[in-house]
Amino acid sequence: MHKHNSPFRVLIGKPGLDGHDRGAKFIARALRDDGFEVIYTGIRRTPEEIAAAAIQEDVSAIGLSSLSGAHLRLFPAVVEALRAAGVTDIAVLGGGVIPEEDIRQLKEAGIDEVFTPGTPLEVILEAFRSACRQQRKTHQP
Amino acid sequence: MRNDLNALLAGLHNHEARSIARAISLVENDHEAAEVILASLDQHHITSSQVLGITGSPGVGKSTLTSTLVRHFRGQGKRVGIVAVDPSSSITGGALLGDRVRMMGHALDPDVVVRSMATRGRLGGLCAAAGAAVRIMAASGCSPVIIETVGVGQSEMDIIRLADLTLMVLAPGMGDEIQAMKAGILEVADLLVVNKTDCLGAETLTMDLEAALRGKKNPWQSRVYKTVATTGQGIDELAIAIDELDAIYRSSGEHDRRRHSSLELETVDWAVELLKPRLLKELQEKIYAAEPRQAARKLLARLCPSITDT
Ligand code: B12
Ligand SMILES: Nc1nc2c(ncn2[C@@H]2O[C@H](COP(=O)(O)OP(=O)(O)OP(=O)(O)O)[C@@H](O)[C@H]2O)c(=O)[nH]1
Ligand SMILES: [Mg+2]
Repeated sequence: MHKHNSPFRVLIGKPGLDGHDRGAKFIARALRDDGFEVIYTGIRRTPEEIAAAAIQEDVSAIGLSSLSGAHLRLFPAVVEALRAAGVTDIAVLGGGVIPEEDIRQLKEAGIDEVFTPGTPLEVILEAFRSACRQQRKTHQP
Repeated sequence: MRNDLNALLAGLHNHEARSIARAISLVENDHEAAEVILASLDQHHITSSQVLGITGSPGVGKSTLTSTLVRHFRGQGKRVGIVAVDPSSSITGGALLGDRVRMMGHALDPDVVVRSMATRGRLGGLCAAAGAAVRIMAASGCSPVIIETVGVGQSEMDIIRLADLTLMVLAPGMGDEIQAMKAGILEVADLLVVNKTDCLGAETLTMDLEAALRGKKNPWQSRVYKTVATTGQGIDELAIAIDELDAIYRSSGEHDRRRHSSLELETVDWAVELLKPRLLKELQEKIYAAEPRQAARKLLARLCPSITDT
């Protein structure tokens, strides 16, 4: 059996050319302080690079951050890259400056949750916990 | 359940990224499948692989140097593994693993296998599953496998026993040379690297180190390798030195001796790890003596009488 206290592993990534990294780092630190093992991949990565890193690191969830307006293209591209590698069980969450009307579209494209500025931190942490618990349940050889 | 494990073992056999990653997690989480997974590994690959340690103070450029070395090895057509270890917070158990930021240039290369690992409460600079992760990568055809850890004092030098040879990286402006000499690290590292030689103070640091090393009997131990990890300067020379020293160790028997004692120590670690819950349980039920050392001896005499004649 799994030792159920093993920490959850997540990856925080910033796809595209957006250099606003405060939010991503803030979320990464908050997750660490909540007991997660957080792999941070830095700014300016392609969706394919983020997906490949997530697979190698065997994370349960990916958190994407975007403030520059390119989320409708970049977030679904990460989901696509995962699918292309045959991976459908890593949760993808997103956040940043994202208009309300885009959120439905992102969810339809396979992004599990989207969080905009002002969301209470506990809500974000619980979303990661729950996504990781779910993934671990379905993933026991 | 069995089917999943068989699929994993098959994937591992085919060097698939996801299976390698899952296998490392299962071992790291002490899953019951761990032993089967590790026993299935290709021993021939493990024996022939080269395991390099890279250690040094925070921020000296270990990850950047690793990434630059990886580019060099990829140029030679080698498949490379990287195990990057960072400390877990002792309070929350969480960790921020950031070494990958410097290695993302290789993210789309299937022959560069990177795994970030947290120490998970283990002292010595490595995590308990580091050795297993190295073997999983080696068995999947990675050679070299590079282990990166933060290491300042001798208490963080477990990497020395796991690696076939270890590079100690220093950089100017960090008060490193005094630290290193105090901690006796110059004695245990196999190769000394001064990185950031494009920065002020590199020349002085190099000369100080060379002075401290004068009189060492092995020629490689009296040399300091100078690099600029960000540009690749000095990397070719360093890579040649690594291969030459590796060849010396292999022909002198040093390589085999290190591998053997590394496995021995890891076995002892595991024996202690497996024994711990039994010992604690026994202690909860009965007090053996007020003095811990004496209590320990009595406890062992009761639990494993055959090994405690002394
Ligand atoms: C600080 C800032 C900067 C700093 C960035 C510093 C840095 N290293 O991050 C600087 C000055 C460099 C900068 C530059 C620019 N900026 Co600016 N910047 C801001 C500003 C004022 C605050 C952003 C911030 O740091 N917030 C604090 C962090 C903690 O909040 P956050 O990132 O939103 O994160 C929270 C949530 O969104 C969510 N979240 C975020 N990411 C994630 C990820 C996950 C997984 C989850 C679950 C949640 C989550 O949780 C966080 C906590 O609640 C915003 C305005 C605003 N109100 O957002 C503009 C803003 C983002 N910038 C903007 C622009 C246009 C620019 C520039 C292009 C300006 C220019 N013409 O030069 C440049 C481009 C920089 C670049 N290279 O990409 C626009 C973007 C417009 C758009 N979306 O179309 C904004 C919205 C301002 C505006 N109203 O016009 N900027
Ligand atoms: N000028 C200069 N900067 C360098 C060189 N090598 C690395 N750096 C920079 O030094 C900083 C730290 O580099 P890393 O590779 O992350 O260092 P590290 O030793 O892995 O750091 P930790 O893993 O946090 O201990 C980065 O900003 C690098 O770009 C170098 O040769 N010259
Ligand atoms: Mg590093």
